[in-house]
Amino acid sequence: MSEEKSNLIKGNTGDWEVVIGLEIHAQVSSNSKLFSGAATQFGAEPNSQVSLVDAAMPGMLPVINQYCVEQAVKTGLGLGAKINRVSVFDRKNYFYPDLPQGYQISQFKQPIVGEGEVIVDLADGTSVIVGIERLHLEQDAGKSIHDLHPKQSLVDLNRSGIALMEIVSRPDLRSSEQAGAYMRKVRTIVRYLGTCDGNMEQGSMRADVNVSVRKPGDELGTRCEMKNINSIRFIQQSIEYEARRQIEVIENGGVIEQQTRLFDSKNGETRPMRSKEEAHDYRYFPDPDLLPLALDEAWIDDLKAKLPELPDDKKARYISDFGLSPYDASVLVSERERADFFEAVASGRDAKLSANWVTGSLFAALKKEGVSIHDSKVSASDLGELIDLISDQTISGRIAKDVFELMFESGRPPREIVEEQGLTQVTDTGAIESEIDKIIAANPDKVEQVKEKPRMMGWFVGQVMQATGGKANPQVVNEILQKKLGH
Amino acid sequence: MSVDKDTVRRIAHLARIAIKEEELEPMTGELNTILAWVEQLDEVDTDGVPPMTSVVEATLRQRADEVTDGGYADRVTKNASNRNDGFFAVPKVME
Repeated sequence: MSEEKSNLIKGNTGDWEVVIGLEIHAQVSSNSKLFSGAATQFGAEPNSQVSLVDAAMPGMLPVINQYCVEQAVKTGLGLGAKINRVSVFDRKNYFYPDLPQGYQISQFKQPIVGEGEVIVDLADGTSVIVGIERLHLEQDAGKSIHDLHPKQSLVDLNRSGIALMEIVSRPDLRSSEQAGAYMRKVRTIVRYLGTCDGNMEQGSMRADVNVSVRKPGDELGTRCEMKNINSIRFIQQSIEYEARRQIEVIENGGVIEQQTRLFDSKNGETRPMRSKEEAHDYRYFPDPDLLPLALDEAWIDDLKAKLPELPDDKKARYISDFGLSPYDASVLVSERERADFFEAVASGRDAKLSANWVTGSLFAALKKEGVSIHDSKVSASDLGELIDLISDQTISGRIAKDVFELMFESGRPPREIVEEQGLTQVTDTGAIESEIDKIIAANPDKVEQVKEKPRMMGWFVGQVMQATGGKANPQVVNEILQKKLGH
Repeated sequence: MSVDKDTVRRIAHLARIAIKEEELEPMTGELNTILAWVEQLDEVDTDGVPPMTSVVEATLRQRADEVTDGGYADRVTKNASNRNDGFFAVPKVME
């Protein structure tokens, strides 16, 4: 009984389909810039991480950073994409105060990475395949600050020349949910690879979002592009708003004009940017300062061989080797730190039980406190030890939940908590039996009832657990009760 | 290939080169002379020949990822017509 979830949007003239493509800008996690030796650290004093190359002083020549090339290739491999043995850097010409060269060094006709694809899992368990058109290397621009001075815009070139990987998708996305899931997936992949830190608040990852609408089966509509959105929530909001706006324009007899729009996160709307006339005439041409970038096949193969296990492969392994559900496996592989944590807990232990503790109690507690797994007070080895204490019957599963709460608050190891609080499970048959005898003696009416209604047995179990502070081994309790009261 | 006066005006604007109206006509002529001269290359059959990017057989030299430069905001902003607290200051541009 699967209810087909429709991505179509209802309009006054029928259903509409929204078509979305993303251009993701991912900052390469490098120490220095793409073409200069200036630092890339976030939050430095204005213009303190700028070389004369980044400031476009006359006569300065760019020299490419080998590490950035390597990260672009690794990312391409992670996206299952074709690596181009020869690629070319071009100048993209436009004027803006934060672009001192008057052009951005980018790759136009021959990018470093060609076509690939990404599998995106959705919340309802289905997945979509999103085509990657290309990935190219380019320079970031500087930053203009408009609100520090009434009459001036202030320009900081620290970001100028930092290496970006622009990952261009095909228009394969059909809803804001899919776009958000795609963005998360690409972020997961670059984080696994370590090629970009994926930190959207600091702008290490941002996206230009292309949206158009059409009647299902029609040709693609005219698209609008929303620039530079740095949160997944905002990406989704901008798509929702923009699709509605375009449908309204068309249904009222209007025509969509291809334009660049700005998403205003304060009111959730998009509005046209003051259009720079002829802004899209970039007059690309090969940068005469840079020779073609040639990559060695053996070097590419070597990088490929050294790639870490990627989320899709990890998920498949968790399902086939550990017997985890696709959902649990997805949740665990969605962040590399989660997967590493889980594998440390599961090492030498029951994988399903480990997965239950990690995705259940731990993730719930982390979510409640708004803490990342990186900052969890409960270490993987302590959680593993807790599971061992359950497995060897030192504590019951119920008590383990309480111990976990204390571990999460204090960061103390479970064995210490169990010993200090005397939570060790009572498996001593004699001690349990004497408790049971007391309860039977005190409740003759209930003893009569249980003869008629075997379900009353649960009441006796509850009483024993209460009397022993939850420490009695439930299995032993059941066995003795069956012996004394069962038929 | 040739260009007309409007194209020259547009290119000048895109390149932020101030050009007077009366200069457009002679500039158009000069550019067309240059284009015609370069067009002589069309006589050569270049089918299947990749574009030459350098006169020497060389590929791009790469450097190690090390911080070797920067740390001199004063020098970087020294020639700016206007500065403010380490920033370049420009007339307000707002989108």
